[in-house]
Amino acid sequence: MSIDIALWLLQDGITSGAIYALLALALLLVFAVTRIIFVPQGEFISYAALSLALLEAGRVPGTVYVLVIGGLVAATFDAVIAIREKSYGRLPRILAAYVVLPVAMAAIAWWAAPLKLGLALQVLIVLGLVVPLGPILYRVAYQPLASASVLVLFIVSMAAHYTLSGLGLVFFGSEGLRSAPISEAQFKFGVLNISAQSLWVVFASLAIMGALWLLFDRTIYGKALRATAINRVGARLVGIPTDLSGSLSFTLAAFIGAVSGILISPITTIYYDTGFLIGLKGFVGAILGGMGSYPLAALGALCLGLLESFSSFWASMFKEVIVFTLIIPVLVWRSLTSTHHVEDEEE
Amino acid sequence: MKLKLSIIAGIAAAFATTAALADITIGVSIAYTGPQASLGVHYKNAFDLMPKTIAGEPVRFIILDNAGDATNAAKNGRKLVSEDKVDVILGSNGVPQTLALAQIAAETRTPMLSLSPVSVPADQIHWVFIVPQPTELMMDAVAKDIKKHNIRTVAYIGFSDGWGDLVLKATESHAASAGYKIVASERYGRTDTSVTGQALKILASNPDAVVVGGSGTAGALPQIALRERGYKGPIYHNHGTVNAEFIKVGGKNVEGAIAPTGPVVVADALPAGYATKALGEDFMKRYEAKFNLGKNAFAAYSYDAVLLVDAAAQVAVKKAKPGTPEFRAALRDALENVKNVVGTHAVYTMTPANHNGMDERARVLVEVKDGQWRLMK
Repeated sequence: MSIDIALWLLQDGITSGAIYALLALALLLVFAVTRIIFVPQGEFISYAALSLALLEAGRVPGTVYVLVIGGLVAATFDAVIAIREKSYGRLPRILAAYVVLPVAMAAIAWWAAPLKLGLALQVLIVLGLVVPLGPILYRVAYQPLASASVLVLFIVSMAAHYTLSGLGLVFFGSEGLRSAPISEAQFKFGVLNISAQSLWVVFASLAIMGALWLLFDRTIYGKALRATAINRVGARLVGIPTDLSGSLSFTLAAFIGAVSGILISPITTIYYDTGFLIGLKGFVGAILGGMGSYPLAALGALCLGLLESFSSFWASMFKEVIVFTLIIPVLVWRSLTSTHHVEDEEE
Repeated sequence: MKLKLSIIAGIAAAFATTAALADITIGVSIAYTGPQASLGVHYKNAFDLMPKTIAGEPVRFIILDNAGDATNAAKNGRKLVSEDKVDVILGSNGVPQTLALAQIAAETRTPMLSLSPVSVPADQIHWVFIVPQPTELMMDAVAKDIKKHNIRTVAYIGFSDGWGDLVLKATESHAASAGYKIVASERYGRTDTSVTGQALKILASNPDAVVVGGSGTAGALPQIALRERGYKGPIYHNHGTVNAEFIKVGGKNVEGAIAPTGPVVVADALPAGYATKALGEDFMKRYEAKFNLGKNAFAAYSYDAVLLVDAAAQVAVKKAKPGTPEFRAALRDALENVKNVVGTHAVYTMTPANHNGMDERARVLVEVKDGQWRLMK
């Protein structure tokens, strides 16, 4: 193996590692705040990537139906509770968040699709379509069970994953799509040809990580999320609503998923079920990092990307085997070294 | 007593009339919903263009959906045989479902026409006939072209699943006769986001040509990666790749991609006098006029299957009545002996040893030119 092949693989590994790192952060965030292992994370990637590709082709993405119908279901849930508790003052807010916003986004997508607007506007529309799915999903699938055990939440996650990927198949079809690159430029760097697209991936990932850090360090919402992650009961005692932090963490996770989807859709062909595997690798990355620390999770995901890239060169047949088998030694090592701490299951 | 007798007589008369009007019943199980729907829809649409009579008898099609699931296909098969008493089973567009149906066909002694290229176990093949081209036959066209261009080294990259194995095996089987050597054999997943590692490995082995064992849009990924890394040699695909989406996804990077396919896809470009030209052109024209879904090989497999049933039924109706086990046995025997039946894909000549019955006229090479699949001259 010559040095230039190693450099190529390094570049490839860093590009996919950056995406995995983003997803690892999102998974970790959701897990820390809500104890949900967020399997449907991958669906946001597929939805965003396919929506973007369809918008580029001038077609209305099926995401609009998922969004509007999901919003209506969530609104019904909340409205029934509000009416039962006779607190009618909550109704306008419920309507605004779960009905007006989704319908407005769907209308914008409907109106904009045939116009073939510029890429930046299309990206904004896709974010508008996919990100609200996060809180809607939380409201419909998880909030009623928020205090259930990790296992129950995980089962709900599996159900949500199958539902969303089934809907993806219905609305996007079984063939893959690919969107046009953000930029076609190539930079010569020694023997390497670095595409502008992979630079976009790396820089966008770094920017999001920086923004997350600012959010957690500087804003009240970020601090509320951190407090919930550190101690759920304590956070509730000082007046941080659990539902709000859950909803907020899902919004962030959906945003990160959507951005990842938008970033990789020009690099590869995305299918309705592609996101799941990418999300799973983000999850493995988070586990490599110990499922506790954000920098370690990002580092673990980056290592995973590199490992994947190099194993696809050496033993492409066993690539996935190598990538997923890596969890076992890490788990063994962690269970041997970490002192067993009691989960807040038995609260 | 008299009343009873007349009722019995009436019932008997009713049965007699049904027997006299015995339709030929064709049972179909395909996946026109679910993950394989993009192909299955074509298979299903073709039945709107079928003849109303077969061998002079009215024909009835019972089309069931198996949603791409082998268990559903088996259920479909049982229902078709036991409730609908079909004379022949057609199906399916996926390999596992087809194998499930084949098992039922053999068990219930019902002739079956497979709509996907499967290798059926030896104890079941007696009742099963395979309509589409076997992978070996398709990849033989590729091997001939490789030989023609004096290519000595070939690298392979295919799916890490059964399809990847099948295409690799077919490519290997022609290596000796076409005089090439496989210098690299790489695998990738349908949903992989990058094949850079594999592409680099292939480039390092410096092959004269590359064969891709992918299908549909996923077949484009290795070609894009290879072209982006500056690979200049010819890149061959397989028949699973020939659709419009492949070109849409690959853009100008898949320009020049070569693949084998059934002649029906390019029927209008075939030279005059090509055995399947007239029928293929006519079918494609009617299919496109009715559905406007673009040219593809899949609808024509359903059509050819019915043409084969028609040819065999002409012999079988002389021996037994449709709807009886005797008719099914006669139909099977007749299917095994069809000679020079012209279809849209091939000229079929079956023998007990060859339940596919195709020859080299059943495939042509096409290449991507100006964003379209064109017949290679």
